[in-house]
Amino acid sequence: MKAKPIIAISNLYKSFGKNEVLKGINLTVNDGENLVILGRSGSGKSVTIKCLVGLVQADKGKIQIFDEEVTTLNNDDLNYIRMSIGFMFQNGALYDSMSVRQNLTFTLKHHTQNLAEEEIEIKIIEALESVGLAEAIDKMPAELSGGMKKRIALARAIIIKPKIILYDEPTSGLDTITSREISELILSVQKKYKTSSIIITHDMACAKMTGNRILILKEGQINAEGTYVELEKSKDEWVHSFFI
Amino acid sequence: MTLYLKNIFNDAGNVTQFTLRFFKELFKPPFQFREFIRQCFVVGYKTLPLISITGFIMGLVLTIQSRPTLLKFGAESWLPSMVSLSLIREIAPVVTALICAGKIASGIGAELGSMKVTEQIDAMEVSAINPYKYLVVTRILATTLMVPLLVIYADFIGIYGGYVGYNIHGSMTLFRYFSDVLEHLEFLDFFPAVIKTFFFGFFIGLIGSYKGFNASNGTASVGIAANEAVVAASLSVFIIDMMAVQLTDLFF
Repeated sequence: MKAKPIIAISNLYKSFGKNEVLKGINLTVNDGENLVILGRSGSGKSVTIKCLVGLVQADKGKIQIFDEEVTTLNNDDLNYIRMSIGFMFQNGALYDSMSVRQNLTFTLKHHTQNLAEEEIEIKIIEALESVGLAEAIDKMPAELSGGMKKRIALARAIIIKPKIILYDEPTSGLDTITSREISELILSVQKKYKTSSIIITHDMACAKMTGNRILILKEGQINAEGTYVELEKSKDEWVHSFFI
Repeated sequence: MTLYLKNIFNDAGNVTQFTLRFFKELFKPPFQFREFIRQCFVVGYKTLPLISITGFIMGLVLTIQSRPTLLKFGAESWLPSMVSLSLIREIAPVVTALICAGKIASGIGAELGSMKVTEQIDAMEVSAINPYKYLVVTRILATTLMVPLLVIYADFIGIYGGYVGYNIHGSMTLFRYFSDVLEHLEFLDFFPAVIKTFFFGFFIGLIGSYKGFNASNGTASVGIAANEAVVAASLSVFIIDMMAVQLTDLFF
């Protein structure tokens, strides 16, 4: 039986001035699936996921999340959908005036009202243990390395128990070993929390490890789609260039 | 020229929308009370040392500089009331507001600009947290409330500075000095001067937040946001002061 799509984007267009970034994107993400989007810089990968959560307004097209058309939702309804989505930004985007504990508490408190302090503490420890950084709980973001920031960002994303996680270049700027650790974390989060994800990356090792399915964007359009193995065997020169 | 005018009208429209959104969000729950208190601490308490020093120097210098002129007219006894009136009506509110424009507006502009550039504001938005309410409303409210309190504090410190300045050449007890000051002060000297400081505070917070919240991407824009916030907030202080003086003159 075919899995039910949890995200469905159809005919999505977005321009910034005269620069047409998205030219009719169509994609679906099935329940429990990790979808990797590859593409050169400026091909519209990040804009696609920013349209999904309403950070960027699409010019045209439909975006359905949990069967709900999000492009027509008002802010309150959109926020309701956002409460089921975790977003890991390229540089972590941790609140730098807050400690790791406060970063997680702040997000959690806005999602779950009337939570006792002890419960909050348990959830924070659980999220930090999931990313292997329980000892960093009282550190400030400035004291963390790039890899640690990304892991804390992931902890902040999973603390709300999201059904969907969007990763914007989760391994960029990291060494090979740390990149592999982040990729392993993405997989363990998928298994542990049964999440569906879109992973934007340039890192082929990460794509291979984490992606159930891969899309390749070229100039705002989907150029190829398949599993890693299928795309690796592609005879298309441009697609093949990603795997060299 | 057309593009320049278009940009000015665009900016005016955006600032108006930004301001209207403040009033819309202000009365809509949930209220970020804890962040508001934190901002009051940052804006008010952390500016106290600076205001203490400048307030004291204002009173001291004004007294020392005015003394020779008043002596020529044999009006040295008017010195306490003249200094206190100048401070309360004009000098303390404007100088304090300018210091706040420099310290607070630039701080807000740089902080929010940096948050924007590093996607922290986007992170709040995707977490279903209203960044405008959390970051902007609390800061504007804090400056609106704290700047008048800082001005009143600067008034007292300035008057005390005047007392110290007076006693460099003359001799008067603190009690007599303050009695002299209060004897010549009326409610209408104090009231319009305090009212205008609420507007100073509001615009300092508004401009700092607007510049920071709308910083474009790139680290350079953080510096630009901070710089523009100081310039625009300082200018707004003078414009509001001019309007306040005209209105006070008209009604009182």
